[in-house]
Amino acid sequence: MPLRDFRLPEFDAPEVILPPGELEHETTIVNMGPQHPSTHGVLRLVLKLDGETVLRLVPVIGYLHRGKEKLAEQRTYTMIIPYTDRLDYLASMYMNLGYVRAVEQLLGIETPERGKYLRTAVAELQRLASHLLWLGSFALDLGATTVFLYTFREREIVVDLFEKLCGARLTYNYMRFGGVAADCPPGWVDEVRDYLDLQQARLAEYEAILTDNPVFRVRTEGIGIISAQEALNYGLSGPTLRGSGVAFDVRKADPYDAYGELDFNVITAQEGDCFARYRVRMDEMRESLNIVRQCLPRLQVPGEVSAKLPRVIKPPAGEAYARVEAPRGDFGVFVVSDGSASPVRLRFRSPSFANLSALDHMCRGMKLADVVAILGSIDIVLGEVDR
Amino acid sequence: MDRLMQYIELGWNFIAAHEVLRSLFAAVCVLVFMLGVVLVVIWMERKVSADIQSRIGPIRTGGPLGFVLQSLADALKLLLKEDLKPRGADCWPFYVAPYLVFLPAFMAYLILPFSATWIPQDIKVGILYYSAVSSVPVLGLAMAGWASNNKWSLLGGLRSAAQLVSYEIPLALAMLAAVILHGTLQTGAIVANQWQHWWLIIFTLPSLAIFLTAGMAEVSRTPFDLPEAESELVAGFNTEYSGMRFATFFLSEFSASFFISALAVTLFLGGWSLWGIDLWFAQHVLGWNTTAWDLANPATIPLLMKVFWFGVFVVKSFIVLWVLMWVKWTMPRLRIDQVLNFGWKVLLPIALLNLLFVSLVGLYVKRTNVEPIRLSLQQVAPVVVMQEAQRE
Repeated sequence: MPLRDFRLPEFDAPEVILPPGELEHETTIVNMGPQHPSTHGVLRLVLKLDGETVLRLVPVIGYLHRGKEKLAEQRTYTMIIPYTDRLDYLASMYMNLGYVRAVEQLLGIETPERGKYLRTAVAELQRLASHLLWLGSFALDLGATTVFLYTFREREIVVDLFEKLCGARLTYNYMRFGGVAADCPPGWVDEVRDYLDLQQARLAEYEAILTDNPVFRVRTEGIGIISAQEALNYGLSGPTLRGSGVAFDVRKADPYDAYGELDFNVITAQEGDCFARYRVRMDEMRESLNIVRQCLPRLQVPGEVSAKLPRVIKPPAGEAYARVEAPRGDFGVFVVSDGSASPVRLRFRSPSFANLSALDHMCRGMKLADVVAILGSIDIVLGEVDR
Repeated sequence: MDRLMQYIELGWNFIAAHEVLRSLFAAVCVLVFMLGVVLVVIWMERKVSADIQSRIGPIRTGGPLGFVLQSLADALKLLLKEDLKPRGADCWPFYVAPYLVFLPAFMAYLILPFSATWIPQDIKVGILYYSAVSSVPVLGLAMAGWASNNKWSLLGGLRSAAQLVSYEIPLALAMLAAVILHGTLQTGAIVANQWQHWWLIIFTLPSLAIFLTAGMAEVSRTPFDLPEAESELVAGFNTEYSGMRFATFFLSEFSASFFISALAVTLFLGGWSLWGIDLWFAQHVLGWNTTAWDLANPATIPLLMKVFWFGVFVVKSFIVLWVLMWVKWTMPRLRIDQVLNFGWKVLLPIALLNLLFVSLVGLYVKRTNVEPIRLSLQQVAPVVVMQEAQRE
């Protein structure tokens, strides 16, 4: 739709009332994306600007819609796993995991001990990879190009580890009903341990270049504030919610896999601004390192990684909902089965979509440059928003 | 061979004898120098950024000559690109804008003292000339932003107008500090003064910091690269430009970066001189009679020394530019209102305080009858007033 035909009730709402004595400004409507360099994929934002101040903002989504949920109704349960890879393509493991856990509930099967720990370790490594990519692109949005290269260097190691695990570097297709597709190759655990030590040191490096950088601080502190109550009202989750001081984490609230047996903290920050979200993610990465470290001794113990299942899976009729704490928040999968080989209905609850809905609220009254910073701090993936 | 030398000398004398020809010759030399330097600067920017970001940078083109050929290849590629003009663009300003940015960038080079007596145009009001010339690119950037018929370009153009105008003042105040201390607006004389009184550098260091900060904003380098902030404004004022017109913007930006470093070296870091070490070396090691040298009379100084000084000047400028590159590749970008606030509320008061400090130093130096003050402060004051008046 061309910009001149763009009419939304939000834009016809009364203007921000200017204090008396101020000059009346003319407003402009600007189109940001879907080919804009910092809308993280194919997000389109239509902005109503007064100079560089944002009055209204409307996200236009759907450019990456592939009809995953409808497609799933035509496929068998196993065939759907690779489709979930393409939701949040920066955290495919979690997308696999969420779906697989929902079907496991339908089937009523348990994952073997080793499978559980492998899943947990892989999931936390995925969180690290995802947060690293977020950190790089967030810094890039703020104009700090160097951090991007640093974080990609470390993310590469995680991707290599995953490649050794399942052969793929982005769309892993690794989780299976009742376990994982393959056991880790020999020596993998030691490589993970080396990586953890390296990452611990490198995290301090990122902090040195960003956390105390005055320019970084003025660009993030007090920008895009959302209070705890508002965050809950918008249905935010993940670091975006915890940055507003709500200590909600699916791993604690509804423990799955090995999380119940592990010792870790839920990271929160009180301010609710971009810097708080940044701090939450930075500390979460440290926490992830801890969790993986705790999993490693258990991975030395040999055992089965997957439950035995028939080739064609026909879960009993019924419905199930499973949720996992993905890097971007609470990822939920709802499956309805009628006893046949493919689901009647599959529905994804994507955290990015809910988080994106709060963007307008966070951006009002901010400057144009802040929109980029706020969008970066929310950390959306369009594959998951549009599905 | 002798015959050839004779002809060269004859030609040289002919050029030197005619003011117009001499200026033209100097201008051509400066243009060649500037283009050559830009090629190296672009390559250096890529290499330094690669170094900081643990990459390798460009290695394929040109082999050992890559530092020139890489950028040359890039420029050639841009030359062959189609010169697009968006529908609805304001034709005339759109085509003129790049050259309006490029021309002042080139004109500024004319006052640089490249070596003792190697000054393309040794104008008596060199610094004043620079501050006049440096305000012209704003027009070009605003024109480019306006004429592109693109809202992002317009935002970029307006941003650059606001930013460049704001930072000209601290920049001028920092330059003024050097002017007051050395008692002249002539760039050549400022360097000669620093050559003789190397210790004055201690008092110019704060001015140097202010000058470089404001200078980074003047040439729009991170953290002040707002006009073309690619993560916000796509590419700012040059979004719609392609081919050689884009290359012209690019060229002016990099030549301006080098110029800012070169001017910083000229005003605060002793220009082409090595603060007297060069003199000591020439006297004691080479056994030259340096006391007979007279800057007013070029024939008294050996050519070798002048070439050496030229090298010193270029190396110093590159070192300053290198430092600017560190800043560029480690800092995030400020927001436009923060940039303006910083300029007016932080940098300007600091620059004024610094000016006061330098004036007191200048007064003291004059009281104790140390040589450096050539013009008395009373003579400088009207110039200050003039400059301020011109600004308003």
